[in-house]
Amino acid sequence: MERIPILRMGPFLLVTIQVDLHDRLVVTFQDDLTEQISRTGARGVLIDISALDMVDSFMGRMIANIAGMSRILDAETVVVGMRPAVAITLVELGLALPGVRTALDVEKGMELLRASRGLRLGKEEDGDLED
Amino acid sequence: MTSKTDTLEVHSSTDIVLIRQAVRKWTAELGFSLVDQTKMITAASELARNALEYGGGGEVRFEQLEKSGRRGLRLTFEDHGPGIPDIEQALTDGFTTGQGMGLGLSGSRRLVNEFEIASTVGEGTRVTITRWK
Repeated sequence: MERIPILRMGPFLLVTIQVDLHDRLVVTFQDDLTEQISRTGARGVLIDISALDMVDSFMGRMIANIAGMSRILDAETVVVGMRPAVAITLVELGLALPGVRTALDVEKGMELLRASRGLRLGKEEDGDLED
Repeated sequence: MTSKTDTLEVHSSTDIVLIRQAVRKWTAELGFSLVDQTKMITAASELARNALEYGGGGEVRFEQLEKSGRRGLRLTFEDHGPGIPDIEQALTDGFTTGQGMGLGLSGSRRLVNEFEIASTVGEGTRVTITRWK
């Protein structure tokens, strides 16, 4: 079955969405991600949507839901890489994604997660996730 | 004047993906800007999902238009579902009878140049959107 891969990066989870999202895939992804957060104790989730050429209200709601679910599981979500045309369209559609933190790219997203979690690069890093 | 037409079915969420890809192809051929392509694709995705979720499936007709030197794309979504009793209410931001955010109709109307909706309770709903280059 088709799945969206979830990678570990230190205390965070990294998700790069590269396939055209259909509705069933989105539901499976929500289940997988929340299960991973809970199992690994991840402190943050970075979702890279730079490969998506459109985001409609269904996907927007999915992104907002994931941010909400992660927050309840004590992990921050940052969405990165939204294309300018997608951002323009989303706002005209009426979906400004309140409550979802965003950054321009993966690097800036990581910085944001580290800062908000009070983690620093190098020795002081929180270390690996639990298995 | 209509220079090219096609019809696609809407019976599953995979069909919605195929419709989005087709709209991308048609709008790119017409020379739409990237932002205009994205708006039309997003509106089509919303309306296809409406036809699937509320209308129990249906079809979408693609028409490439030409009018006094301007070119455009018209999409007509038609389902034979329960219809919409109060169109005014259905066009309000945030109104939904389903699980969504209530942005499908109101939001897609903002993304296109022309928007028409006709619905008969017990017979179905037809939504027509047009975007000009």
